[in-house]
Amino acid sequence: MDDPKKMKAQIEDISHVDVRKCMRCGKCSATCPNYDDMEYHPHQFVCMVEKGEIRKLMDSNSIYTCLSCFACIERCPRQVEPAKLIEATRLMVERERGANHLKPDMIVQKLDDQLPQQALASAFRKYTK
Amino acid sequence: MEYSYFPGCTLKNKAQELDTCGRISAEALGFHLEEIPEWQCCGGTYPLAEDEIATKLASVRALAAARDAGHDLLTLCSACFNVIKQVNEDMKHDKDICFRANNYLKLDEPYTGTVQVVHFLQVLRDTIGWDTVRQAVKEPLSGLKIGAYYGCLLLRPSKVMQFDDPEDPTIMEDFIKALGAEPIIYSLRNECCGAYLTLENKEIAQRRSGKVLESAQDMGVDFLITACPLCQYNLTQNALSKQTPVYYFTLLLAHALGLKEMKGVSTNG
Ligand code: SF4
Ligand code: SF4
Repeated sequence: MDDPKKMKAQIEDISHVDVRKCMRCGKCSATCPNYDDMEYHPHQFVCMVEKGEIRKLMDSNSIYTCLSCFACIERCPRQVEPAKLIEATRLMVERERGANHLKPDMIVQKLDDQLPQQALASAFRKYTK
Repeated sequence: MEYSYFPGCTLKNKAQELDTCGRISAEALGFHLEEIPEWQCCGGTYPLAEDEIATKLASVRALAAARDAGHDLLTLCSACFNVIKQVNEDMKHDKDICFRANNYLKLDEPYTGTVQVVHFLQVLRDTIGWDTVRQAVKEPLSGLKIGAYYGCLLLRPSKVMQFDDPEDPTIMEDFIKALGAEPIIYSLRNECCGAYLTLENKEIAQRRSGKVLESAQDMGVDFLITACPLCQYNLTQNALSKQTPVYYFTLLLAHALGLKEMKGVSTNG
């Protein structure tokens, strides 16, 4: 059984984000370039972590669609840094044994002549542990 | 003038032009890029987790090597710049990360964030100066309308990057002006191209880069310049509609300095 309190503490431990600083202005989501492609938006990560609804976030595809573009981090007027919560939630999933989102044998079919090494390095950093 | 240079994985492979054109332009402008020996890939994205050390060590090693050489650490790739600069900030201000990284690395002398991390463009602006660049130009790019594509990594988080105004940057426009061309401002020049999502979900990356391109095309650019290989890839390979060329800023510089021919670009200057 999930222990929401424990999971919330774990997220806060990984991210060092203080969700209580959020004033619910929604700027982070308004500025997120991937808003339309996320089930849960940056401001929802903040509210849902506060409420302990972490399993829902862990099960959502939103943890894989954040671009790490730093827009929400830059533009939040309260320095909440929502992207750090998305990262922490994804890590909660990926740090479980066998839960890597990107596996080396998936790479070959994704390669093309032009693909920069940087894309692979970044994707491995984000999607595997 | 000498800098410790961190090229990064992509500049040794798919983005060799960004590297070679940067090196020859630097020499022509009076500074030298001394490659750090045995550098390792920075990982491409800064680890946002506060409890991760291993993913930061490659950056710390490079920073310590620059410290030992007595130089600032210079990068050309936006991603290397972002990762190494943010890790440097951690080493400077986060006692816990600094302690654990040093504990792991066991350097002869602990590293504590003392090196300056600079991007090539900052050297042009702050050390060489736009006037000197302008005077060194042999092939002015007059008549060209060029859009600067900043993307995310040069600018944000601005508190750490200290590169330029994150919402209204001017450094790349000043660079374009110094080379004799006309900079074109468009609204999405500092929004994301889709980044590494090109592997995870191509369609999303295509939408992101499509929006950026549309915004630039609406303003009538001839082409865009970038400092990031992944931006260059997304904007050229993922573009669904009308193509716009995207060149590395160092190629444009080397061309203007008369060091390198640029195919497909003709000026009426
Ligand atoms: S921008 Fe900051 S304060 Fe506003 S909703 Fe998002 S996290 Fe909360
Ligand atoms: S860092 Fe992620 S969540 Fe934040 S604005 Fe960018 S894509 Fe959206």
